[in-house]
Amino acid sequence: MGYQHSVTLDVEKCKGCTHCLNRCPTEAIRIRDGHAVINANRCIDCGECIRLCPHKAKRSSFDKLSSMPKDKYKIALPAPTLFGQFTNLDDPDYVIDGLLNMGFDDVYEVARAAELVTEYTRRYLKRDDIPLPAISSACPVVVRLVSLRFPTLVDNLVPILPPMEIAGHLAREKAKKEHPELKDEDICTVFISPCPAKVSYAKNNLCGGKSSVDMVVSLSDVYFELLNAMKKAEAPKNQSQTGMVGLSWPSSGGEASSLMNDHYLAADGIENVIRVLEDIEIENHPNLTFVELNACAGGCVGGVMAVENPYIARVRLRNIRRYLPVTLNHPGPEDPADDIPGRFALDLSDDEYGHVSRYDENRKEAIKMMQDVERLFATLPELDCGSCGSPTCRAFAEDVVRGHAKLEDCICVMRQKLQETQKENHHDGS
Amino acid sequence: MGNESLYYRFDVDGENFTSAGEASVQTKRILRRVGFSPDIIKRVSIAMYEGEINMVIHACGGVVELFIEEDKIKIILTDHGPGIENIDLAMQEGYSTAPDNIRSLGFGAGMGLPNMKRYTDSMEIESKVGEGTKITMTVNV
Repeated sequence: MGYQHSVTLDVEKCKGCTHCLNRCPTEAIRIRDGHAVINANRCIDCGECIRLCPHKAKRSSFDKLSSMPKDKYKIALPAPTLFGQFTNLDDPDYVIDGLLNMGFDDVYEVARAAELVTEYTRRYLKRDDIPLPAISSACPVVVRLVSLRFPTLVDNLVPILPPMEIAGHLAREKAKKEHPELKDEDICTVFISPCPAKVSYAKNNLCGGKSSVDMVVSLSDVYFELLNAMKKAEAPKNQSQTGMVGLSWPSSGGEASSLMNDHYLAADGIENVIRVLEDIEIENHPNLTFVELNACAGGCVGGVMAVENPYIARVRLRNIRRYLPVTLNHPGPEDPADDIPGRFALDLSDDEYGHVSRYDENRKEAIKMMQDVERLFATLPELDCGSCGSPTCRAFAEDVVRGHAKLEDCICVMRQKLQETQKENHHDGS
Repeated sequence: MGNESLYYRFDVDGENFTSAGEASVQTKRILRRVGFSPDIIKRVSIAMYEGEINMVIHACGGVVELFIEEDKIKIILTDHGPGIENIDLAMQEGYSTAPDNIRSLGFGAGMGLPNMKRYTDSMEIESKVGEGTKITMTVNV
């Protein structure tokens, strides 16, 4: 089965306008027959098109909270971003209580796993045989972008599973320890996500084996129900086990600054991420050790499914973590003393470079096509208006040469033809 | 080079430091479409990037020409800058004549020409003091 994306299109609602077309960072969208078509080979699940669509025609394929199996032991895995969504929240325990009130049997904060990833990353950076700069692999959009477009940097990705995946593992282990009668299939782990990319991550088992996360629900889907479940007068039980580090991860720079290493860079927003990767690829960077990249502006708090404005969420998280200990989660006694546990290692070696932009397998043919593209491009107006259904005039020239579009789809070319015909008719008439 | 090769010409604006590196980004985009391996693309784009930076720092800009063939990529950098007095010296790692204001930006480490040589299969420098410099690099595929 091919790669399962988390962005789908509601053809009924799509007007075929050019908002998503112009802004897709990988030029994966075309307008064909009056509506958008997403090229699955190029899409990196960044969710920009969901964010931009004025007609709400782009949907993300989250699992529905209502489809949660009632008879299973349900564990909520709240993304740390969730804690930044509430006015006047000063204690993460209210959120945890609320989730339990909603019917979850347990809650395992993903921020806990994030603190472990921070520790494992520190260990990883101490090695002297790793390609620098090490690039965070926590954002699935970045991982996919790197493997599709910056294949020479795949080895720079930190080979550690993302916090969500590790949280799933640890939540299951905890459940089985507390309830020895539970079997793996009796447990359902539910990640509460600020972004659709995590859906593709879990569905495509990008962790290498089967994902430890069974369902990915959208943060906005959970939000209102949770808000009601949180309205309790009494103080919550003391359950949160997250420190400052875990709650700093959702904002851009949080992951990197927790590493206690000054040679880091943190960039957010997909266009900025691409610019940074372009520079790292040509080795144009100041001695960097670690690079944190988040596809969403502001970091995970800027996820398209987050409810609150990312900059406000960032301030709220800062207020919540102010009086927390630095970190509350440490590798267990069963883990190796100064290495990354094998079960949490991320294996990217199978990632095959797909040559998604290549014109033709035969290089001679590809060169010929490139010459045709350049010749055709030189005759186009360079308005990048999108009326033809391609994002730019250059992309249109490529689409025509590759046989995916007709030259007459360009309204400027058509207008010129029309004017020429009119002129001819005029001459004939006189 | 005959009709077989794909030809591009990029002007490198010497007035605008931030535009240095644009030809290299464009080149990556083109080479990906022709289907070269990631390693080849990396080598060509690093060599070109270093060349662009050099032209901006030392020569008030210049021209980058790119010839793409099935089995060979050629880059010609031409400028009308001050020329290189001693090419052997300029090829030494760490040797640089970049002014202090450029160094303060993190450039001028004296690695430009050595890197260009390292990442290409052949490199020829023709330079006349007071007239300019022409560098021809080839990467064999």
